[in-house]
Amino acid sequence: MTKMSQSTLANPSRRGFLAQTSLVMGAFSLGFHIPTAEAAAPSPEVNAWVVIKPDDSVIIRIARQEMGQGTLTGLAQLVAEELECDWAKVTTEQPTPGQNAARGRVWGNYATGGSRGIRDSHLYVRKGGASARMMLVAAAAKTWNVPASDCVVEKGVITHKASNRRTTYGQVAELAATMEPPKDIALKDPKTWTIAGKPLPRLDTVAKVDGSQIYSMDFTMPGMLHAAITNCPIFGGSLKSFDASKIANKPGIKKVVAVDGMGVAVIADTWWQAKSALEQVTIVWNEGPHAKLSSADIAATLKEGLTAKEAFVGNQAGDVKAGLAQAAKTVEATYSFPYQHHATMEPMNATALFTGTRCDVWTSSQNSEAALETVVEASGLPVGQCDVTRLLLGGGFGRRAVSHDYVRQSVLIAKQMPNVPVKLIWSREEDMLHGHYHPITQCKLTAGLDAQGNVTAFHMRISGQSILSSINPSRLQNGRDPSTFQGLNPDGTEGVFGYAIPNLLIDHAMRNPPLPAGYWRGVNNNQNALYLESFIDELAAAAGQDPLAFRQKLLRNSPKHLAVLNAVAEKVGWDKPAPKGIFRGLSQHMGYGSYVAACAEVSIVDQKVKVHRIVAATNPGHAVNPQQIEAQIDGSFAYGLSALLYGEITIKDGMVEQQNFDTYELLRMAQMPKVESIVMPSGDFWGGVGEPTIFVAAPAVLNAIAAATGKRIRNMPIQSNSDLKIA
Amino acid sequence: MAQLVINGIKQTVSADPDTPILWVLRDLGLTGTKYGCGVAQCGACTVHIDGEAVRSCSLPISALQDGQSITTIEALGAGGKLHALQKAWIELDVPQCGYCQSGQLMAAAALLTKSPNPSDAEIDEAMTNICRCGTYNRIRAGIKHAAALLTKKA
Repeated sequence: MTKMSQSTLANPSRRGFLAQTSLVMGAFSLGFHIPTAEAAAPSPEVNAWVVIKPDDSVIIRIARQEMGQGTLTGLAQLVAEELECDWAKVTTEQPTPGQNAARGRVWGNYATGGSRGIRDSHLYVRKGGASARMMLVAAAAKTWNVPASDCVVEKGVITHKASNRRTTYGQVAELAATMEPPKDIALKDPKTWTIAGKPLPRLDTVAKVDGSQIYSMDFTMPGMLHAAITNCPIFGGSLKSFDASKIANKPGIKKVVAVDGMGVAVIADTWWQAKSALEQVTIVWNEGPHAKLSSADIAATLKEGLTAKEAFVGNQAGDVKAGLAQAAKTVEATYSFPYQHHATMEPMNATALFTGTRCDVWTSSQNSEAALETVVEASGLPVGQCDVTRLLLGGGFGRRAVSHDYVRQSVLIAKQMPNVPVKLIWSREEDMLHGHYHPITQCKLTAGLDAQGNVTAFHMRISGQSILSSINPSRLQNGRDPSTFQGLNPDGTEGVFGYAIPNLLIDHAMRNPPLPAGYWRGVNNNQNALYLESFIDELAAAAGQDPLAFRQKLLRNSPKHLAVLNAVAEKVGWDKPAPKGIFRGLSQHMGYGSYVAACAEVSIVDQKVKVHRIVAATNPGHAVNPQQIEAQIDGSFAYGLSALLYGEITIKDGMVEQQNFDTYELLRMAQMPKVESIVMPSGDFWGGVGEPTIFVAAPAVLNAIAAATGKRIRNMPIQSNSDLKIA
Repeated sequence: MAQLVINGIKQTVSADPDTPILWVLRDLGLTGTKYGCGVAQCGACTVHIDGEAVRSCSLPISALQDGQSITTIEALGAGGKLHALQKAWIELDVPQCGYCQSGQLMAAAALLTKSPNPSDAEIDEAMTNICRCGTYNRIRAGIKHAAALLTKKA
């Protein structure tokens, strides 16, 4: 074992640092930072996606980011399927965003969010695999001087039957790399798949069970220092001044720096030294305009929006006003959903090395191209002199998708410590205080029923925060944030409102509190499905109808929505009574292109609610790795139920009150229900997998609780808004 | 300066006395043990100290006596072989992002030492580590599968 005592890092000379650093960079230019031309020499790159070594091992390049969701394995399956290689010989590598920029974005978009890893890139990665196969076969055919069409390939072995000659991919790869890429590429019929579509084991599991997997948090290089940071905890505030005199003589401390006018960082030999010392730095903040902001203020602002005259329209049909006026019965309810924090297990962190002419960052990001843009901006260097090495994420869930605040800070710190690699790690407290939170909303629903209990008019008014206004206002459409209406759209392929209601209005009164909002697994589908599916149950009750039959009637024009719902109902045995003491609730939704439904089974004993089982169905169009889809269904439920049962970020004096997991509770083993999954791809579209099922967990549980208690919980989370406890 | 046995190797550890064991281990290059919360809530930092599962983020190095033994995920399998839990984790594809799994495995190993065939209630009680990817059902199945593997061997 290598023992790194702290004394070896104490007071190193500048010369020593430089020597170590340049050595390290040399190593990295061979290891991680491979310019593609160099990489191509020993291992022929057939095309951007496929590298084949002389020993027949296959390297498949993955552009989208793995973060636990299994996209790496799924994308490799799709390439390998078309490549017709031996799956047992497949490994993967991730080109850097700098390499992508240098090659005209040959690997396309790296952004990994919105459940788009596979659905948005399947076509070009499959073509990449197929094109490589055609070039390899063409190379063999050229060697043998026979038509390529006379050759067959199986598991990386090319055969010319007529002459009984065989060769392998490894033997022809170098020649294949020089062949003209084919123009016409025919893809396989998914019905004939043998690698894709199969429940293969993940490619990245082994290193995750013996501690050898390197996450961004684990990255190290000789001479690396560590930084801890405190940013102004008040939204809209900034750094006024700081006094670090108390820590001047503490061991290991290298430097104390201001960062971006927002925070103070201590740079030290070890992170613990940096963090402990930072606590002794006296910092004065400019508190800014929101220093008195509270959750009550935000709630009041949103409440006003529920009845405001002006609102952006998301979906409209008929005349909702007239429809409501003519209704035999009207039902009205108001719901709310609080801010949520991502709480990735790995707090934000990044390692940066700035030399004056180059800036390199090693970090975990859902979009390393955006991270690279951040590096370019923060370093002031051109893109050709910067790069980001992609390290595995200890969770993303949207937090590492858009804002690379942690990357920016790491570069700004490294610039103040040139030629020395510095790893910035946010403490969990820093991570909690500086999230990009799931936005807060309230929702008022009003519906009219006719004498037969048909829904004739329906108004859904959402009031609350727009994510785009927070992260990218330039993408608003005449002020409107289309993502607010996820799953409620009149048409399109992303998320269509499935219910047939003649007079309909879904609109959004945008109210933007000063907290940064961000994409959080499931995004606005979470509360949209929760509001809608809870209220549909309320309407079924008002109409005196069974919640399944009520939905089936309303989904008469939406066969795919209906199919997943019916599959769930059938599997759970909705037509038969639940076991004694068990109560059931249903929900359905469409988002990220996929159709999902769930039935939750709960019990309530001594006011303690327990979710026993959830039966779920998803139609993602295509199922590239069914066992990983099941894992995503499980995982999405854990994330969604965590928010439903416990999750709530509240504000006092302009800052977040929950600073760690003792006050921001998360779902654990004992609260995890059994999950039974129905994966039912219809084969005629490509939908997402990582997020969609999260939408239906919470409303199904709420509907089951209402079935058990007769009381409707309308404000989240359950723990702080009902008299129920979590078993 | 403490004389500790870390993964079977005696060594002298020099760190500020208030340094949590987590950071001592990570600074030694044993980065399989993770920082998650720093307040003993999430369990990503779980190691064995003299065979007991301990959340190392909240225990300072000064709390250990000379000769105490720390085992981390890197040495969960004896003699370079995988522990039955690690085999089960691979077989059932338990990890998603995997960041919490070192801690989960160390907690599960301590549980199996005490209770070779744990009931669901025992698993619920012992396995309080947080997994944000939500791998709990596969962790539960993995523990049961490992228990079966160990029983078969015994």
